[in-house]
Amino acid sequence: MWIYEKKLQYPVRVSTCNPKLAKYLIEQYGGADGELAAALRYLNQRYSIPDKVIGLLTDIGTEELAHLEMIATMVYKLTKDATPEQLKEAGIAPHYVDHDRALFYHNAAGVPFTATYIQAKGDPIADLYEDIAAEEKARATYQWIINMSDDPDLNDGLRFLREREIIHSQRFREAVEILKEERDRKKFF
Amino acid sequence: MFTTRKQYMPYVSPFDPCPPIHVKTYVTAPNLYAGFQPPNLPQFSLHEALKKGTLWKIFYDPYYGPYEVNNKGDGL
Repeated sequence: MWIYEKKLQYPVRVSTCNPKLAKYLIEQYGGADGELAAALRYLNQRYSIPDKVIGLLTDIGTEELAHLEMIATMVYKLTKDATPEQLKEAGIAPHYVDHDRALFYHNAAGVPFTATYIQAKGDPIADLYEDIAAEEKARATYQWIINMSDDPDLNDGLRFLREREIIHSQRFREAVEILKEERDRKKFF
Repeated sequence: MFTTRKQYMPYVSPFDPCPPIHVKTYVTAPNLYAGFQPPNLPQFSLHEALKKGTLWKIFYDPYYGPYEVNNKGDGL
């Protein structure tokens, strides 16, 4: 069960009407390494992983939903008042004819979200290593979006999200150490 | 000096079609070096931590794009 707080995890500010940035940002919404994939991956893995790290997956999976909400807000703000002409210039006319300005779970190239983006191997180490890789890929994706963006307010929010990826990766690495059960033992293999 | 921004120089061919980028960069974020987080590390104030995205100073590693004023040059 969840309790919802009706506010964003970090304020989302957008200074320019630039629907092209929405086209890039949607990668983090419905892309393979996006926030939706992350949330679904972690929340799903919780059932078949040692008890010690279930709480971590719940916490991070929940936070990914908060990030999803931030990305949605960014995309919405960037497109809500854009004219069809502007959307065409931004290269999202195909999205407009199908969805108007509605958000949809697809990546920056328009490929719809698929469950094959996430894995559940049932092996705790394999699953956690996938989670670590997913966090590093999401961190890199934020870097590439920041590189494409000239909107300092938007970048401020993206920087926050990127920092969270670093922390999540750190916590998943620690989860692996917990499962290895060799912490603080002065032993060499 | 330690940095989380690394560089390498890829091979440049005289027949490359685009003007070469001589130095390529990549990021090695601080979490790669930390191992299991030790106790009693320095913290940001709570207000600062909410803004920066982490409570822990060692994990704070902001990334700036090429169009940003406080960017110190090509993502470094």
